[in-house]
Amino acid sequence: MTQSIVVQVGQCGNQVGCRFWDLALREHASVNKKGIYDEALSSFFRNVDTRRSDGDNNDISGGKIRSLKARAVLIDMEEGVVNEILQGPLRDVFDSKQLITDVSGSGNNWAVGHKVYGSTYREEIVENLRKAAEHCDCLQCFFVIHSMGGGTGSGLGTFVLNVLEDEFPEVYRIVTSVYPSAEDDVITSPYNSVLAMRELTEHADCVLPIENQSLVDIVNKIKHMSHSGKLGAEIKQSSTIISGQGGVKGQEKPFDAMNNIVANMLLNLTSSARFEGSLNMDLNEITMNLVPFPNLHYLVSSLSPLYTLADVNVPSRRLDQMFSDAFSKDHQLIHSDPKHSLYLACALIVRGDVQVSDLRRNIERNASSLQSIMGL
Amino acid sequence: MYSVAFPSFCVHGPRHEEDIMDLVRREVEKCDRLGGFFNMMSMAGGTGSGMGTYITQCLRDTYPHSFILNQVTWPYGTGEVIVQNYNSVLTLSHLYQSSDAILVHENDTVHKICAQLMNIKQISFKDVNKVIAHQLGSVLQPAYTEGASEYNRNPLGDLMKSMVCHPEYKLLGLRNIPQMSETSLAYSVFTWPGLLKHLRQMLIANAKMEEGIDWQVRPPAGGLPPAEKGTHNKQLRFNTSLANLLILRGKDVQSADTGGFMDPALYTSWLPPGVASSTWRTPMSFNRYEKSATLVSNSQFLLKPLDGIVGKAWNMFASRAYVHQYTQFGISEEDFLDSFTALEQIIASYTHL
Repeated sequence: MTQSIVVQVGQCGNQVGCRFWDLALREHASVNKKGIYDEALSSFFRNVDTRRSDGDNNDISGGKIRSLKARAVLIDMEEGVVNEILQGPLRDVFDSKQLITDVSGSGNNWAVGHKVYGSTYREEIVENLRKAAEHCDCLQCFFVIHSMGGGTGSGLGTFVLNVLEDEFPEVYRIVTSVYPSAEDDVITSPYNSVLAMRELTEHADCVLPIENQSLVDIVNKIKHMSHSGKLGAEIKQSSTIISGQGGVKGQEKPFDAMNNIVANMLLNLTSSARFEGSLNMDLNEITMNLVPFPNLHYLVSSLSPLYTLADVNVPSRRLDQMFSDAFSKDHQLIHSDPKHSLYLACALIVRGDVQVSDLRRNIERNASSLQSIMGL
Repeated sequence: MYSVAFPSFCVHGPRHEEDIMDLVRREVEKCDRLGGFFNMMSMAGGTGSGMGTYITQCLRDTYPHSFILNQVTWPYGTGEVIVQNYNSVLTLSHLYQSSDAILVHENDTVHKICAQLMNIKQISFKDVNKVIAHQLGSVLQPAYTEGASEYNRNPLGDLMKSMVCHPEYKLLGLRNIPQMSETSLAYSVFTWPGLLKHLRQMLIANAKMEEGIDWQVRPPAGGLPPAEKGTHNKQLRFNTSLANLLILRGKDVQSADTGGFMDPALYTSWLPPGVASSTWRTPMSFNRYEKSATLVSNSQFLLKPLDGIVGKAWNMFASRAYVHQYTQFGISEEDFLDSFTALEQIIASYTHL
């Protein structure tokens, strides 16, 4: 099994990252009943014996879980968000050495994030990344989470991307970028986004753009479904995609619902690398199959279903509906309409009790309604 | 370990060559007499196709006089992996150079067998793999070759001798009947004439399984000059064979009359009739079937799927899509072109049978 390191930059990056770790713990808790530190866990967490204090060499492989540390590097030029994480219930998941913070922030200015803080913190960033990488047996991928509209996430985030390419050229860089929506609060966001986009095109292996507006729409849709209509009674409240229940954090905050969606998407993307299956798709297969030409590496993602039903037995109709939903414009994480666009490539990642015959039936059903470029 | 498509050929292959060949050598030393190597792999993915091909080459270099049979699984037409056609083209062209014979299983066909013959509702890969294993078992389990008084000592060698008379023609297909669910089995009775008649028609009409056989297709009348025979066959979608091996297992097997398969009309004109067809038998029944018949054939049956794969791969290659992923790991555009050429040659050879 391979390991991945998450690099979260800026306020948005750290908040989404926080939800990601929360949900990852929840997912593993429900699967791993015996508390054994297994391969699935090791892809995102280290098992550390905190009683020993001999610096970095206290990783334990196999055996019972002592203390889990996330394979993450948290970067923010403003202390507020990171401090909140360190005081919250997730504080033990992060090693204080994994953080890089400053005091005043980037002032929503890409140049400040990229050039000023970039040059100031370059060595510390490299040092931090090296240490995290050394704790991995087989590092496969860096996940960078950031926003495009701000200063730190956008500027310093793309700077980190450059550093990753220089220092670890063989490790894949998958970037989750949150694009600003029409009514966002930062006036300079278009400049920041465009400047960052150039870096993403040149230095990332694969980008998953997410639009805040789409996330809001999905959240509203779920709230609407749960509170009305006959479907309302059938939905398990605690298992909607926006719910953080069962996770470590207690109260839910405003952006939490939206961030949960992104966190779920990341978890599902990596599930094949962590759990076994009959037709596995590893992370490098995702980058391989979906990127026909080097610069065309922007992937549109969608999730389905958005909630689980109280009735565990999912009849075929529902399953087919899930596949159709995955192609519908309401489920996409950016504003796009798959049915009226041209596909270059498409990958379906399926988790749970789905057989290959269901998959084939649905591919045949849906593929005919999509225009694709190579008859795929 | 997962690897990026065919690059496994260039990167992981050499890296692990020593360890793998070491393990192989140890197994070989344990054998009294090495019959050959039977490699199982898929064509669409990365490890199976790339590494599998590399290892076959290593085996060929290290054991130049041993038989190598590659069992290759062809991916679903609807696609499992986007670059499956590239991987398939690269795999087949390379395997042709190092392997002695390539035994093909198509996922689409096996899936249909599960759905229509075995009546499985929700087909999983486990079901598909079970069918493939059954078919392979029906070939490789011991049997008596013609006129022999003991079980064949060298099934792989005998298989090669019967099936692969010319290095240009290495693609083998399997048909095994009957194949049905447990419940249906209890109510069915089989006769050798019935089974053999079906198998023969499946062969000449190029049916992949026992349902939907086109009984209209007939072999050409004897005495036609080869050129006319070609057009005649093409019009009627008649499947010309190069070699056929029948393996019969079960009750009263000695009474089975395999004359239908010796008809020279079934075979290409440049082969003398006696050599092309052979039969193995054993009275032991196989896997719950009182009587079962397997046909291993070297014929035109793979022409259409092969052409399809090469066509799709070529379309993709025309725009050079995904090629940067391969060149990154050592397969150049030249290599692609060489592979395409090799396969076009194979397609042409089989077409003119």
